[in-house]
Amino acid sequence: MQNMGIEVLFKGINSLRLWQGLWVTIRIALISMVFSIILGFLLGMVMNIPNKIIKFICRIYLEIVRIMPQLVLLFLVYFGAAKHLGMNLSGETAAVIVFTFWGTAEMGDLVRSALISIPKHQYDSGYGLGLNKWQVYLYIILPQTIRRLLPSAVNLLTRMIKTTSLVALIGVVEVLKVGKQIIDASRYTNPTAALWVYGAVFFMYFIICFPFSRLSRVLEKKFAD
Amino acid sequence: MKKKILAVLLATGVAATTLLGGSILVSAADDGGNTAQARTLDEIKKDGKIKIGVFSDKNPFGYVDENGDVQGYDIYFGKRLAKDLLGSEDDAEFTYVEAASRVEYLQSAKVDVILANFTVTDDRAEKVDFALPYMKVALGVVSPDDALIKDVKDLEGKKLIVVKGTTAETYFTDNYPDIELVKFDEYQEAYDALLDGRGDAFSTDNTEVLAWAQQNEGFSVGIESLGDIDTIAPAVQKGNTDLLNAINDEIKSLADEQFFHKDFEETLKPVYGDNINPDDLVVEGGVVDGEEKAEDAAETEDSDAASDDTKEAETTEEPEETEAADAE
Repeated sequence: MQNMGIEVLFKGINSLRLWQGLWVTIRIALISMVFSIILGFLLGMVMNIPNKIIKFICRIYLEIVRIMPQLVLLFLVYFGAAKHLGMNLSGETAAVIVFTFWGTAEMGDLVRSALISIPKHQYDSGYGLGLNKWQVYLYIILPQTIRRLLPSAVNLLTRMIKTTSLVALIGVVEVLKVGKQIIDASRYTNPTAALWVYGAVFFMYFIICFPFSRLSRVLEKKFAD
Repeated sequence: MKKKILAVLLATGVAATTLLGGSILVSAADDGGNTAQARTLDEIKKDGKIKIGVFSDKNPFGYVDENGDVQGYDIYFGKRLAKDLLGSEDDAEFTYVEAASRVEYLQSAKVDVILANFTVTDDRAEKVDFALPYMKVALGVVSPDDALIKDVKDLEGKKLIVVKGTTAETYFTDNYPDIELVKFDEYQEAYDALLDGRGDAFSTDNTEVLAWAQQNEGFSVGIESLGDIDTIAPAVQKGNTDLLNAINDEIKSLADEQFFHKDFEETLKPVYGDNINPDDLVVEGGVVDGEEKAEDAAETEDSDAASDDTKEAETTEEPEETEAADAE
């Protein structure tokens, strides 16, 4: 009986389909993360501008992202844009938009706090050396910020990878959805398939998230020296 | 003083933004009033592809086989529909939908037709237009072969297993209060209870018990069709009349060749086996005939459903008044 369950994974092109699903997952997460990092850095710097109105607007944006479940955002962008703005986005595009919207807010807040954590004397010493504002940012503040950011940014990325399972609800077939399809297709012929398929999906999530965690630890050590 | 003014300003700002933001969100989340225009039949023909929303994980109605191809009762019909409307089975473009967002897919014009085991209900009929039905479901009762329950009367004084929140629970509570119900939260528990003999029979959707009985020797479905009959029909966006009519005509004309019986043979029979009468599930030509097995309740429900359909087909000129909440 146990053997029968695992057979499902090797039937037809099932394992290939799982890997293809995983690729969709990674693609959405990575593209969104790249955008989030770029925009998040900008947002983090903007958030540190000592201006009440700017701070307030950033705060509102951040709160909206935190309060709204990602699923609601996905539905708003995927269905809402089609209904209200006449924009018929593909599921994957909608997913990237939502995850970037979310990631930018989270990343921005991380960058903001990392920037704040840099002691004031670092700025002062930079100015003392005759560097201008941008040079101080570029050569002194940012390198230190990045080191402090790494663990939380990787944490955000792995969270993003895992949250992509929601995109199945707007018709994007990612790894978990493929898994469910396989389980369902063999529902009558092979009822024990679920354990094996979910096991395989778990393993696949692990092998993409684990290297990222390792990488961040290695980089952290490297930067610490 | 200055601080006070600032505080007041800030508070007003917060209030205004919250209200504004809230109303934007609400209006965006609100399905009512605003609908993306669905493609007409002519536009679909010009494009050469019809977009059909189907399930990808509801075996045997819509599922993806081990080669990555979508299969099932709904898909079999979808391909035929594409062939007759556009000339080739390959002109069907299948989009995988989820149960909760089937209405949304139509309202946002992401698909032209939904063929995803879509049960006709009054609630849904307010938001989408249902075509003629092509399948029906009712309750079934499964029991051990050596003490097979063939009639509801056999259940008197016996223990009937049901799953909480299902139509079976409501039906038996309302119509047969004398039958003792043993209730479980999950299907698996209910089946285990039946296997252990903690109840004499188990009732839920007939498609479900039929498939289960097929897999479990020593058990049969003694009552294949009981209670209110629900119909399953294709759905299009509200107001897409010419497409709706085309689908209705198609369903009517397919009756001559008993197409849905063929569909049953190909897709459902391997799962449900020989023990079941196709007429318990299949609807030909959109006509639900309740005469053979129907309870009185089922009969009235049938005519209701039928008149609903015709009403829908005629009053389709008002597309823009869908309800706010969607069917999640």
